[in-house]
Amino acid sequence: MSDVTEAPKKYTKKDFESDQDVRWCPGCGDYAVLSAVQKMMPDLGIPRENIVFISGIGCSSRFPYYMNTYGFHTIHGRAPAIATGLRLARPDLTVFVVTGDGDGLSIGGNHLLHVLRRNVKVTILLFNNRIYGLTKGQYSPTSELGKVTKSSPTGSADRPVSPCAFALGAGATFVARTVDRNVAHMEETVRRAAQHHGAGFVEILQNCNVYNDLAWNVLYDRESKSMHELRLEQGKPLLFGPVDDRRGLVLEGATPRVVRAKEVPESALWVHDEADQWKAHVLAQLSNPDFPIPVGILMDVEAPVYEEVLMEQERRAIAERGPGDVAELLVSGDTWRIG
Amino acid sequence: MSDAVASPATAAKPRRQLDRAVVRFAGDSGDGMQVTGEQFATEAAWAGADLVTLPNFPAEIRAPAGTLFGVSSYQLQFGSRRVYTPGDRLDCLVGMNPAALKVHQRDLKDGGLLIVNTAAFEKKNLDRAGYTTNPLDDPALEDRYRLHKVDITRLTMDALEGLPLNVKEKERCKNFFSLGLVSWIYTRPIEPTVKWIAKRFAKNPAFVEANTRALKAGYHYGETAEIFTECYGIEPAEMPPGFYRSITGNRALAWGILAAAERTKLTVVYGAYPITPASDILHEISLHKRFGVRAIQAEDEIAAVGTIIGAAFGGAIGVCASSGPGIALKAEGVNLAVMAELPIVIFDVQRAGPSTGLPTKTEQADLLMALHGRNSESPVVVLAPMTPGDCFFVAYEAIRIAVKYMVPVIVLSDGYLASSAEPWLIPDPKTLPDIPVSFRTSPEGFAPYVRDEATLARPWVRPGTAGLEHRIGGLEKENITGNVSYDADNHDLMVRLRAEKVRRVAQEIPPTTVNGPAAGDLLVVGWGSTYGTITAAVEEVQQSGKAVASVHLRHLNPLPPDLGQILRQYERILVPEINSGQLVRILRAEYLVDAVGFNRVRGLPLSTEELREAIEQLLKEKR
Repeated sequence: MSDVTEAPKKYTKKDFESDQDVRWCPGCGDYAVLSAVQKMMPDLGIPRENIVFISGIGCSSRFPYYMNTYGFHTIHGRAPAIATGLRLARPDLTVFVVTGDGDGLSIGGNHLLHVLRRNVKVTILLFNNRIYGLTKGQYSPTSELGKVTKSSPTGSADRPVSPCAFALGAGATFVARTVDRNVAHMEETVRRAAQHHGAGFVEILQNCNVYNDLAWNVLYDRESKSMHELRLEQGKPLLFGPVDDRRGLVLEGATPRVVRAKEVPESALWVHDEADQWKAHVLAQLSNPDFPIPVGILMDVEAPVYEEVLMEQERRAIAERGPGDVAELLVSGDTWRIG
Repeated sequence: MSDAVASPATAAKPRRQLDRAVVRFAGDSGDGMQVTGEQFATEAAWAGADLVTLPNFPAEIRAPAGTLFGVSSYQLQFGSRRVYTPGDRLDCLVGMNPAALKVHQRDLKDGGLLIVNTAAFEKKNLDRAGYTTNPLDDPALEDRYRLHKVDITRLTMDALEGLPLNVKEKERCKNFFSLGLVSWIYTRPIEPTVKWIAKRFAKNPAFVEANTRALKAGYHYGETAEIFTECYGIEPAEMPPGFYRSITGNRALAWGILAAAERTKLTVVYGAYPITPASDILHEISLHKRFGVRAIQAEDEIAAVGTIIGAAFGGAIGVCASSGPGIALKAEGVNLAVMAELPIVIFDVQRAGPSTGLPTKTEQADLLMALHGRNSESPVVVLAPMTPGDCFFVAYEAIRIAVKYMVPVIVLSDGYLASSAEPWLIPDPKTLPDIPVSFRTSPEGFAPYVRDEATLARPWVRPGTAGLEHRIGGLEKENITGNVSYDADNHDLMVRLRAEKVRRVAQEIPPTTVNGPAAGDLLVVGWGSTYGTITAAVEEVQQSGKAVASVHLRHLNPLPPDLGQILRQYERILVPEINSGQLVRILRAEYLVDAVGFNRVRGLPLSTEELREAIEQLLKEKR
């Protein structure tokens, strides 16, 4: 977070609404995400002019136009690289990257890997609707195997990747998952990610009602939700299911297993710890139908931040030998005089 | 052993004055030929000669010893008059092994000096080089050249007797023996090399002693061995007085960036992905953390251009360097900078292609790609340096133009300029043109695409400026407001505005220099590194009284406003290029002139002799 030397202006949600008409399809989950992010912004206490939203290409990536901050709608998959350059040039700015399952994991997979690996201080919001919406309905890297779409009329042959597992594999230091239908949870999760000292990765399960409606319905439907959503809370055991018959998780070695909570001693239950880098990998792999879907902060740890390491090297070089002098450099080394 | 550079013994052997000499050191890639050549070049420059170098190395890091594809060489031409090229044919070839002889013999002039290391001409090496018999035994070799068979390996070992080094370490010093010998032959001072050895191996005094002894032993051998009957002197060239240093094109590009960073006091973000022959620019920039230039090694070529675009969006200058294959990958990124109208500079250190091609060989076949290698109408400024030293000024100028016009600039260097060295009159950075930068801060009347009247540049806004929050991107913009616009007429207007903005850069171009008569029979027009060959060939032809002139373009887009008028003053126009004909097509299209090309795509600089013949031939042809 940037240093604020004077009392920051008190913002409201409205201060972050741009003058542009929002053009997402009626019923799109992105409206809820936009609302949650705008509502959360004042909590960061950062001057609005210091905030930048960078996006790639896709419905998700129209996001910057609707935020009354600085914004840059760039090219497909490249937002993390552009954000990295911005952070290098301007470590004083607060940078968000908005991407989607196609933009971030297909064409953008490489750049996403490296921005996470480097732990650049950006907040990455990946809207996962398991489809390509803007190009009208092709399957994406998170679509299920066998999915029938315009480009896979006989079913896709692609096995899906888990965005959270990918992020952890890339070396991310903050990985979280939230759901478009839970505005309060989105606010809280995005706020935590933005305050993280490093790259904050948030997978937002989002609904494309036109091309892949109710892909996450197990988390929406009141009845199924209880058995399919695993709320992560720091220091609390991982529990889900009906109130009178709670389910929990135990780890047998590295293998997770669902148990009936009343059938095991309380001490055997897996208690969630955001700082546990090992268990986070297991959590990230839990998926429907064998397991409930973890929702919340999977991991939050500390690691060196890329641009801070580089800036420190720069500071030290200048402290040791003073700022550079080109005239001096040009005559350094072997020179000779003629005439 | 004599310590003096020129002992009385030298005076005993006659010294013949030469105008110039072309020397090539060739050996296995493990033989230290690059070091040898670089040091000889330093010695030559130190003694006041003008020179141009041509390092020539294989793409592999360390090819198997003795193979033909593992041969590495270093050529230079040095002289007492202006030297423009590394030379077509060799006056002296040093062949450290059979493979070097096999590969390079054809370039040696008849009667030229051929010095070989006899120790390396044994069965294994001969086999690897494809010789069935030892070529040194063939009397024809001695007839054709002034052959000097020297057991350089044994002489080096003898000189290093008693030193605490093993056989392999001692053998490795033989390149300094050959350097010492050739230094004596051409009367070049060895002090610079003695100093260099002391510095380079400072951590290992045994190596300092060994290499210095080998160097002096080689020099002494020339002085005393009977097989060397004369030596050659080359008077210092007439060069403008001042302080000089040796500079290669890549280093000059890097330093030009530093100079612009210092002048603008802006942060420069240099983002690049390693690629031959541009990696050295990244290495050089990474050394200089005190100059406000932040270098990062991006994860790929596209990330590199993305990084610098993000930096430019943030109010820094974005610069990257790559070669052909990398520039191809950046096309979409460059277009984002075209649409967002952001200042970025991209160096294309061109190499032979297509595809992986010949990574360590030069070519200038990316001109059309620089101009058009992106989808849709994508005008960018294109510049091309002419010599290694010119790379400094062109890099600086590219940044100046990018910032003034809020436009991407592509600079076309090439592999030859990148590693070729020449003596460089060190400029005073204070004399460089100013680079004014002003960020928009006042919200009054602000819109992201309001344009400057003279340049058509849009305002540069630093995010973090209160009251100017706005969003830009790759979608087409409405003129002035910068809002996303699908309007048909607006798109046509914006396409024209972006093109016109680049055209306006012509007001930055000084009057074109014509080398020769202002009107005549033939004008040779070139760009990039062919400057040396063209100038040398044209001057030879001018000396025989022909009305031939040359023009060398530093600005490829936009072209100089006076070029059309100049072209019309000559009967014929010849465009020599290291490609299949790119500038020639542009001149024909833009000016409706019957320009013809002289094209060789051999991965090497053009031959002065061949070009001169082509000029003579064209002059003979009646229109």
